[in-house]
Amino acid sequence: MGDQIQQKESLFSAKNRRLITNAIGKDNPITVQVLGICSALAVTAKLEPAIVMSISVLFVLAMGNVVISLLRNTIPQRIRIIVQLVIIAALVILVDQVLKAYAYEVSKQLSVFVGLIITNCIIMGRFEAFAMANKPWPAFLDGIGNSLGYGMILVIVAFFRELLGSGTIFGWNVFEAIGLYDLGYKNNGLMILPPMALITVGIIIWVQRSRNPELIKD
Amino acid sequence: MNSNSNSYIFIYSVVMVVIVAAILSTAATVLKPMQLQNVKNEKMSSILASANIESTAENAEELYNKYVVQELVINPEGQIVATYEKGKLAGDIRAFDVNIKTEQFKQKKGEDFVSPLYICQKDGRKYYIIPMLGKGLWGPVWGNIALKEDRNTVVGVIFDHKGETPGLGAEISTSQFEAQFVDKTIFDENGNFVSVTIQKGGAATLPANMQDHAVDAISGGTITSVGVDEMMRSCLNNYVSYFKNQK
Repeated sequence: MGDQIQQKESLFSAKNRRLITNAIGKDNPITVQVLGICSALAVTAKLEPAIVMSISVLFVLAMGNVVISLLRNTIPQRIRIIVQLVIIAALVILVDQVLKAYAYEVSKQLSVFVGLIITNCIIMGRFEAFAMANKPWPAFLDGIGNSLGYGMILVIVAFFRELLGSGTIFGWNVFEAIGLYDLGYKNNGLMILPPMALITVGIIIWVQRSRNPELIKD
Repeated sequence: MNSNSNSYIFIYSVVMVVIVAAILSTAATVLKPMQLQNVKNEKMSSILASANIESTAENAEELYNKYVVQELVINPEGQIVATYEKGKLAGDIRAFDVNIKTEQFKQKKGEDFVSPLYICQKDGRKYYIIPMLGKGLWGPVWGNIALKEDRNTVVGVIFDHKGETPGLGAEISTSQFEAQFVDKTIFDENGNFVSVTIQKGGAATLPANMQDHAVDAISGGTITSVGVDEMMRSCLNNYVSYFKNQK
């Protein structure tokens, strides 16, 4: 009994919880580590693909981290990057196949973006930096945390790009409903183009840094 | 065993690759029937959607069998080479199984090719449904167009694409864009085939007699718009002689 309680406590110990909260906040993969920027540009013109992309990354990163962590003591140092790549690619193909069979509509939404998960630097970064040196459970939490941190930024960026660029949220026309167009408002077409994703991410970084003095480096 | 020795690395990679290959091929084989069924349902659903029949993945097959009464395969001279009706096939191939991509390739090489045509009966009206396939900016675009009994007036269109830019070219698959095609005509008053032009700058910029054959293009999606325009022109063109023979 006593053992069980102790194990339960250690599962969500302060140290383990920080694996999630830090990745969302002060170690955020996009805004602080500036990784995974390419997909933040590609999939954030609309909210729906951004959310599906986040969920897929969550699956690949959490599963991949666990697999790598289980294998960490057997992986030969010299081919570890290749091993990591094979595992990422296998998981991504698996996600793609399952989506095609059980969630066909969603898989059509993702189409080209699924392949982009393989090239997402966050995943390989976490394999290299964390999963190779930690036990499966912390590695799993680290994967969840980092993909939540990634997904959160994606959703925020996609929200503003879709709202200001197309005037919609999940395809539902907000601005038309509140009658903004009658006042002479026009959608900002620039928001749909990739450069505005970078500028939006930049604004998020600015806000985050101004609120968190720890992140300011001289 | 030393995990940095060459033999360890060789064995490790071979075992890993074999395991991964086994997992992936099992997954692909097990999931294949469901994936094919999804593709088939989607195709049926899309054919029905052009004639304004709503369907879901679950009832697509049932509704398709109910409304699509005949499938024809026609050649460029406008002759029927195969019919499929009430589950019976007369000819070599069912229109539903004709691969438009291969046929377009044959057409490009100057070989004999065929085109599929679906005849749909809904509320006592007869619709002609033509599948289309073309090129967008990033990949293929495709769709179906339903014509009224006069083989001229558009009842509805449905477009889809592989990977056009969301918010720009991808807008071709939105109902706002598709709705523009309703009641447009593909033949002019002299009976010449003109297709439906997708006009950059808006259909209103064209002369009045062309406005029945034109819709607005998508701003920021010019290449996709041009691709859809070319797709409609070249695909519909293959049915012109069949339609003329019918008159």
